Amino acid sequence: MNYDQARWSEADRYEPLLSEKDTTTVDVEDSPLPDDLTRDSLSLPALSEPELARHYTRLSQMNYGVESGPFPLGSCTMKYNPKFTEDLAALPAAGVHPDRDERTVQGVLGVMHGLQDYLARIGGMDAVTLQPPAGAAGEFAGVLVAKAYHEHNGEDRSEVVIPDSAHGTNFASAAMAGFDVVELPSAEDGRVNLDALEAAVGGDTAALMLTNPNTLGLFERDIETIAEMVHDAGGLLYYDGANLNALLGQARPGDMGFDVMHYNVHKTFATPHGGGGPGAGPVGVVSDLAPFLPAPRVRQTDEGHFERFDPEHTIGKVHGFSGNWPVLLKAYGYIARLGDEGLADAAATAVLNANYLAEQIEYDVPFGPFHHEFVASAGEQDAADVAKRMLDYGVHPPTTKWPEIVDEALMTEPTEVETKRSLDQLAEAFDAVAGEDDETLESAPSSTAARRIDQVAAARTPRLSWQALDE
Amino acid sequence: MSDNRRGSPYAPHTAEDRGAMLDALGVDSEAALFDIPEPVAFDGEFGIEARSEQRVTEEVGRLLGRNDDLVEFLGRGHYDHYVPSLVDHLADRQEFLTSYTQYQPEIAQGFLQALFEYQSMLVELTGLDVANCSVYDAATALGEAATLAARVRATSGSRVLVPELMRAEKRSVLENYTEGAELTVDTYPMDDGNVDTAALADAMADDAVMVYAETPTVRGTIEEHLDAVGDLADDHDALFCLGTDPVALALLERPADVGADVVVGDAATLGVGSAYGMGLGLFVTREEFLRQVPGRLVGAGEDATGRRAYTLTLQTREQHIRKERATSNICTNQAWVALRTAMHVASLGPDGLVDLAENAVVRARETADRFNDVPGVQAPAHDRHHFREFVAHVDQPAEAVVADLAAEGYAVHAVGEHYIQICVTETNEHAVDGLVAAMEVAAK
Repeated sequence: MNYDQARWSEADRYEPLLSEKDTTTVDVEDSPLPDDLTRDSLSLPALSEPELARHYTRLSQMNYGVESGPFPLGSCTMKYNPKFTEDLAALPAAGVHPDRDERTVQGVLGVMHGLQDYLARIGGMDAVTLQPPAGAAGEFAGVLVAKAYHEHNGEDRSEVVIPDSAHGTNFASAAMAGFDVVELPSAEDGRVNLDALEAAVGGDTAALMLTNPNTLGLFERDIETIAEMVHDAGGLLYYDGANLNALLGQARPGDMGFDVMHYNVHKTFATPHGGGGPGAGPVGVVSDLAPFLPAPRVRQTDEGHFERFDPEHTIGKVHGFSGNWPVLLKAYGYIARLGDEGLADAAATAVLNANYLAEQIEYDVPFGPFHHEFVASAGEQDAADVAKRMLDYGVHPPTTKWPEIVDEALMTEPTEVETKRSLDQLAEAFDAVAGEDDETLESAPSSTAARRIDQVAAARTPRLSWQALDE
Repeated sequence: MSDNRRGSPYAPHTAEDRGAMLDALGVDSEAALFDIPEPVAFDGEFGIEARSEQRVTEEVGRLLGRNDDLVEFLGRGHYDHYVPSLVDHLADRQEFLTSYTQYQPEIAQGFLQALFEYQSMLVELTGLDVANCSVYDAATALGEAATLAARVRATSGSRVLVPELMRAEKRSVLENYTEGAELTVDTYPMDDGNVDTAALADAMADDAVMVYAETPTVRGTIEEHLDAVGDLADDHDALFCLGTDPVALALLERPADVGADVVVGDAATLGVGSAYGMGLGLFVTREEFLRQVPGRLVGAGEDATGRRAYTLTLQTREQHIRKERATSNICTNQAWVALRTAMHVASLGPDGLVDLAENAVVRARETADRFNDVPGVQAPAHDRHHFREFVAHVDQPAEAVVADLAAEGYAVHAVGEHYIQICVTETNEHAVDGLVAAMEVAAK
């Protein structure tokens, strides 16, 4: 059963903008403030509630979500989002102000403390902060913690080493924290090149940022040696939690020698991606780094009360308040629902699904064996075109053209929630496209709300608001 | 592990399917697929007990039940406005809620259009040209503005000036963002809750890359000297960054008209309510800084048939392409919150939004007057116009007053030894009578 997207008639051309339906201008002259403090007027759409309900319903029908069909977007872990966790986040008692006195929000702090504890156990870490509002914010917090740790020890370490296959956020987060980035070329087998690592680490190395399994879905089998090399050089090992879903209950970053890590709760713990957020990016550290974590953290007193406290050498804050609390609450619900067996089963099934799908498709899949994801090569075909054509087969395509170390990469991560039937459907879509000519691919997609969009032209003449459309 | 009752309830394989898949791979179990060296393998025991959906729901309900049930008169940068039911019901449609960043625009037209509409609303509210479709919150938006300022004025300065009255937490975030850009953060004085423009003029020098001011301020005062701040920034070739929110923007001077170069703040004043501080970072700026904007931008373009269509655009600024030379590290942002905020603005319409803003002025004024009638209380502490909230001087120690009010079921801020702060909106105005009565006892 393929997903077919809603399209409006040729006469409509598109769902009109709110502003094209009805815009009203309101004078702001009789306001309770002096005129020199106020604007003159305000022009915004003015629609009835039924009109708005139709507008947003129609927009939703032109959008693809996890419940629309398979969503095997590599490294993004698009798994099913349980419904009941939405209800948890909607509980009135969860909707409190962040400046409440800690004695009056024992419930919120209790859940936060419980989640800190769960995440520490899952990551093999000693201390966790929930504050960073996204994975990249977690990276930023993590590298700031590493920086503060080195500075506290009187060491001036200016470099962060990052493999060429890493997420772009790693590079950007390290640079934001003021580090120079040293890019590490991958070895022939897609893993860390130990010789290159030996050459890259030294007295300037603050940290190595590593994803394991990496973005090719490969476990860094030499992780113990890698950890030793980085630690011998006086650096810290940073774990990018983007691919943690593959390891739940099978291995823990702390046991592998990682000193600091972030968790992507919207990937690993099934909170909705929300079309690009909100996520949450808690950071876990070993005990030596705990005094540097963002403030405040939550701890439990001997009497069972929860209290906020500032770690001794805290870096300060990375979010104005306490991060994306509703997202954290959903993650707590998910972890509690699955428990030890469920979490381990999620990883085992995700790995089974990835390997099964990799085995089924015609495209060349270099490297292996895979964990939660694999990177196929579209070979002579253009991976971006392949993706557009897959839309016509009713599935969301893989991540394309990344990492660059695979030609025309199709990075595919089916997650644990796909049935064998839907994996077979995905394989059929891959194989159908693999047999198609360039002309067919270049003219795709045709079954979607919009046909192929010229992104180059859109960037050349940026029109970023309905006001700009009139120009 | 093939028994689903013991595994993930969201991993759907039957034993038969699982067997067929393992057969296809030529292995006996999933364990054979894991390529983890024995010394770092884990035995799977976290000590986390699985619970049924019903049990987890009961447990979380019980845990959250430990929160005291207080009527909150709290603000200071995070506000509770009533969110229409339409927002919850439509934003929760799975096509929005469970979708990903719109890298495949042909199947994400709905979300892209909603974000385009959100950007457009901010363009109207600010008078500036370019709104991104969200960073995390007001504090990180301010940090992003400072690093933008450092890039556009990279050769001539390193200081960011901020008001002495601002949230310490926001300043801390700013300092973390500016440290890597080798900027320093300095404060300038305030005068009765507004910018002390003479003192700011003294503090300004050509090494300032950015001046930040807020309206309404953290004390709820409406800033009366934005033109002067804008002129000072211009005189020294510094950027003027203005912190505000969409409700205030419906009524107050347009940032473009007072010389603002960047508008930041928390847009989640609409769309979310009190979510323990979850926000929606505003980021709006002038067209000349377009290529320095952090994060996502949605643009209008055309599809192959010439039909208007929407797409993420100018992505070469972003971390997934530019890596360490990106304008920001932001990837996951607050897109769904932006959707909710746009829905909330659309629900209110221009009349509703202006009414909300005017009521924020009137309610703060009337509530302050009622506080001022209470013996032992002087309100408002600042002789300014107010928006949503005000500071009151109390003769009793503020902490004691706050504790007494909490005992009566009301939460207010203590902001100094003898100062408390009260925020009133349509969500708590029903309880103002009770709060004032409790104040009459607490202030004695």
